[in-house]
Amino acid sequence: MISFLEYNMIKLNTFFSADFLAAPLRMVYDALVSVMDFIMHPLQNLVGVRGMAYIFVLPNLLIFGIFILFPMLLNFYYAFTGGSRLFPQDRPFVGLDNLNRLFTCQDFLSPNTCREDLFWRAATNTVTFVFLQVALLVLVSLVTALILNRNIQARGFFRSVFFYPVLLSPVVVALIWKWILQQDGVLNAIIVSLGGEKLPFLISADWARFWVIVISVWAQMGFYTLILLAGLQSIPGELYEAASMDGAGAVQAFRAITIPLLMPTMLVVLVLSLIRAVQAFDQVFAFTGGGPGTATTYMVQYIFTVGFASPAREFGLAAAASLVMAAVLLLLTAGQLRLGRTSNLA
Amino acid sequence: MLNFLTNTRGKTRLTLADMATYLYLLLGTLLMFGPIIWLVVSSFKDRNELLRFPPRFLPYQQETVVVPGYDEPLQLFTVTFEDGTTRQMAQVRRVGIEAQMVDPAQPDEIVKVNINQRQPVESVRFSLDNYATGVTRFNFWQYLANSIIVTVAATALTLLVNSMAAFALSKYEFRGRETIFGLTIGTLMVPISVILIPVYLVITEIGWNNNLIGVIVPGAATPTGVFLLRQYMLTIPDELLDSARIDGASEWRIYLQIILPLARPALAVLAIFSVMWRWNDFLWPLIVLSRTELFTLQVGLNSFQGDLQTQWELILAMTVLTLLPITVVFAFLQRFITTGIATTGMK
Repeated sequence: MISFLEYNMIKLNTFFSADFLAAPLRMVYDALVSVMDFIMHPLQNLVGVRGMAYIFVLPNLLIFGIFILFPMLLNFYYAFTGGSRLFPQDRPFVGLDNLNRLFTCQDFLSPNTCREDLFWRAATNTVTFVFLQVALLVLVSLVTALILNRNIQARGFFRSVFFYPVLLSPVVVALIWKWILQQDGVLNAIIVSLGGEKLPFLISADWARFWVIVISVWAQMGFYTLILLAGLQSIPGELYEAASMDGAGAVQAFRAITIPLLMPTMLVVLVLSLIRAVQAFDQVFAFTGGGPGTATTYMVQYIFTVGFASPAREFGLAAAASLVMAAVLLLLTAGQLRLGRTSNLA
Repeated sequence: MLNFLTNTRGKTRLTLADMATYLYLLLGTLLMFGPIIWLVVSSFKDRNELLRFPPRFLPYQQETVVVPGYDEPLQLFTVTFEDGTTRQMAQVRRVGIEAQMVDPAQPDEIVKVNINQRQPVESVRFSLDNYATGVTRFNFWQYLANSIIVTVAATALTLLVNSMAAFALSKYEFRGRETIFGLTIGTLMVPISVILIPVYLVITEIGWNNNLIGVIVPGAATPTGVFLLRQYMLTIPDELLDSARIDGASEWRIYLQIILPLARPALAVLAIFSVMWRWNDFLWPLIVLSRTELFTLQVGLNSFQGDLQTQWELILAMTVLTLLPITVVFAFLQRFITTGIATTGMK
């Protein structure tokens, strides 16, 4: 993997060989360096070369510690305390109450019987979404990558075509599709002109779930296509030549060469897309707002609603739900890394 | 048939598989660009045209004429009379199924016709009215400024702290190095949505709530950036650093004048990532910013669509304006962006 990375970096290097720091800019930069060195040099004399290493990691480590590591630990505290106050000292310890509340159900298969029915609705919605979205996303990305990997004209152009929606913000993507799918929208117009009837795309729960999946695949597939394409292009062409000389057909070559050699890349794609799917929020939030009803309310929206958007502001409950989600993410990642290690390819 | 599943190089004839390939690509292009083109074209239509079902592709607008004796411009129609003749006339007012029309050439003579006898005179016009109204109603410039401040400041901060850390992690031996690197990579999979509540507390304690700094700083220590830059810096030969040290350069000078210029390609990739993340970021700004004058474009656009349920003409125009900057950047850098992402495989 590293050598592949390095190889491409060299390509990037040649691409960027045009010196974008023109001479005057360079002079300003050098002057700035000298001024800063006026402070940094004595500092180095003070702490030594090795000490400078700590100074270099310090800013990143501080931000990382304060805004990622410390909150991770603090999340446990929140999950085990109650009340609606934000500051930790105002929050009474309630033990496992929050987790208990989430997991109080008469029948785990029907959310209506649960104390926190919204949590279970969000959980089941998320599971269905993750399963279908990832499957469709990986399939579409793989087919597109295979097609782009053929000996085609204007590959760069088509690669960019499929990639462009990746750059669009979730809110923009949601609005583009809302406009197309609304009751008097262009898709319904096409259906009517073909002799059909208007369909309740944004009103019916099943249609809303369907479109949430389709739209997220539309918006993300270009990214995974790119990764898979890079994986395909790193497979040496001689392998296919050798296979065809040995009389192997296209299907055989695909099964014996493409699939096994693409496995590590597939694994990366699977891990990344799964983690993103579990966290689905912004696009869906702007698209359906979680509705109709609670049909497209997923885990992150549940956390957001309970913690920030409801008047009660139940931070403890939201933190407990975060813990559950983090545990699921950890299991998924660990499981996939294990899968990768046993196949000895990742 | 299944030939298209494998690599086929050096073919000269267009096979069935090739045709299937181009058909797929054509369809794909339509599916990818179609929705965006529809958005852009729709954003130029006026309210009446947007409410029309079935919709027309191009933005039509009814023509108007100024008739002497009337203050407002009047809508122009083609009127068909019983004897089969047609005349272009302006509508003065409509009463029930009857319309009072006037010939612009003879402004004094009013003719009453049935409304079914008249057809609007229309022409294709890409009107910027929606944009003009939207920009004032939506507070566009304020949101744009906020988005630019957040994106630029956050990207600069990310590049600085990540490259410093990557330099230390790739070029020095020191205690705790492996731990720090391990922790950084370990949290690659910790999304902000999992630690929403406690990060919000930290921000509130510091007093960065409702402050753009609160949006900028927390996401700056990106594991992706540290990893990407470290891998790249590992390929820079140590001898370069040693010879600079012999010349008396300080470690800080080595970082700024040797490492950073050499790591430019990796920095460029990270910069593109960072701009993309920050420009499109939604959940975190939504939580930190509750005062409307601090909204970024994304948060503003979302609240705009909530406020104006059905005023699609404004929403569409504002959506186009929001996607415009990133589209322009992509148009110029697309080759570099796609190669960069294929190389690092991260987002």
